[in-house]
Amino acid sequence: MTKIDRHYDKGFAELIHEAFTKAFDDSRGAIPEAIVVGNMLSSSLYQQDSLASLAADAMGLRGRGGFKVEAACGSGGHAFVAGYSLVASGLYDVVAVVGVEKMSDYPTARVTSALAQAADSEHELIYGASFPALNALVMRQYMIKYGAPREDLAIWPVRMHEHAYYNPYAQLRNKITVEDVINSNVIADPIRLMDSAPIGDGAAVVILTSEEMARRYSDTPVEVAGIGLGSEALDLGSRDDTLKPVSIVKAAEKAYSMAKVEPRDIDVAEIHDAFTITALLCIEGLGFAEWGFSWKHIRDGRFGKDDKPAINLSGGLKARGHPVGATGVYQVAEIAMQLRGDFPGLRAPSPSIGLALNTGGVATLTSIVILRR
Amino acid sequence: MQMSPARVWRERGARLRLEGSRCKKCGKTFYPPKPACPYCGYKETERVELPKRGRVVSWTVEYTVPEGYRAGSPLVIALIELENGVRVLSALADVDPDKIYYGMEVEAVLRRLWTEGDEGLIVYGLKFVPVNISTS
Repeated sequence: MTKIDRHYDKGFAELIHEAFTKAFDDSRGAIPEAIVVGNMLSSSLYQQDSLASLAADAMGLRGRGGFKVEAACGSGGHAFVAGYSLVASGLYDVVAVVGVEKMSDYPTARVTSALAQAADSEHELIYGASFPALNALVMRQYMIKYGAPREDLAIWPVRMHEHAYYNPYAQLRNKITVEDVINSNVIADPIRLMDSAPIGDGAAVVILTSEEMARRYSDTPVEVAGIGLGSEALDLGSRDDTLKPVSIVKAAEKAYSMAKVEPRDIDVAEIHDAFTITALLCIEGLGFAEWGFSWKHIRDGRFGKDDKPAINLSGGLKARGHPVGATGVYQVAEIAMQLRGDFPGLRAPSPSIGLALNTGGVATLTSIVILRR
Repeated sequence: MQMSPARVWRERGARLRLEGSRCKKCGKTFYPPKPACPYCGYKETERVELPKRGRVVSWTVEYTVPEGYRAGSPLVIALIELENGVRVLSALADVDPDKIYYGMEVEAVLRRLWTEGDEGLIVYGLKFVPVNISTS
């Protein structure tokens, strides 16, 4: 992983190179036979496609094939699923999953336009609806339906900044207060700046190998125990219930059943808190809280370092950062390090089962990965 | 946004007449129109024109707007529940952002949604205004 930041001195190649060099050392020089790239914005912001080729050269792997996976902000997690499939099918023994995103070179209005492509272009974007605006519609519904006060929904970002304070890879390592959140600039009411993940650049690489080969490359291999995918309507209008995203429900059902675990078995999780409201929907959709109750659990101090599950010890998208298409790979890497016991920030006490939830759009395309030590 | 004449023309039903889809099996009606039913999975739907009045069920006042929308900012984006229960995402116009409330009655009016530069396409569509304003 690279630290998430405004890397004005680094392009796609330099970021991938740095992340892969670390992963290469960590895996005792495992040489990937194929490359899967998670990325959202290279096409819309940089007019750059064919990213797997760019990545291959950046990693010194010319000749190895691959492709990019796009699922908006959930691209990284979906790329991981594609990489897993290449290994699980027996097609390749060693696969590199690369998450990479560059966002900070452009003004906010341009990035806002590009991010908005995660939603329905013909029926939402045409009205000028931004991605924060769509999430704001859901947040207001949540506040109205469940009676959640604004102040209580400001606790999550404060907590995320506290976690990120200890994470050397995090973009925002400053501590903030509930007052800071409530008084920060309005992006799309009721969403304020500090309810939102920052704009940043970063790359993360995960090396996947077959079970037989894993011991060769690591003394502490981590097993992929469960995987699930799910989709929700591209638009908000035709959703059955905007507060119960079916993409998360379906992905969780599949991942839990494949791993033969239940929500209460999860020790540590990284979830997709692009906005505070997204965190609430993830926690509820995963079954860590009843629908409509996650904000109360957060207010009561749950989901911290010593709780089960401990959630977003990295600082989450809110404070670790959210280089959109790379985020899902960061999450998987962080959970793997939590299970190995070498995550360089806050650690859950000897966890054995971890979960990463990455989603694109307003919980439109969700991937869930369950890892086991 | 980059528009093309064919793209604008294709969307004329949904965007100008507020056409949704009705499932030919389960009868559920929804917007935007889709060729298959997302609820029961049946492969055939038919186009139906939706009522032009409804109530605001959620809204946001958007200050950080995408490129090309600055002239109209802050934008008010809303989820509207039409008289037949179908939900539609649109923008509110001619409204004081501080005076929007849950359940506010609104109705559709034809407005300009997007202008492509000085000489490009102009995209029209329906926005919603408070009922008392549109009838006065």
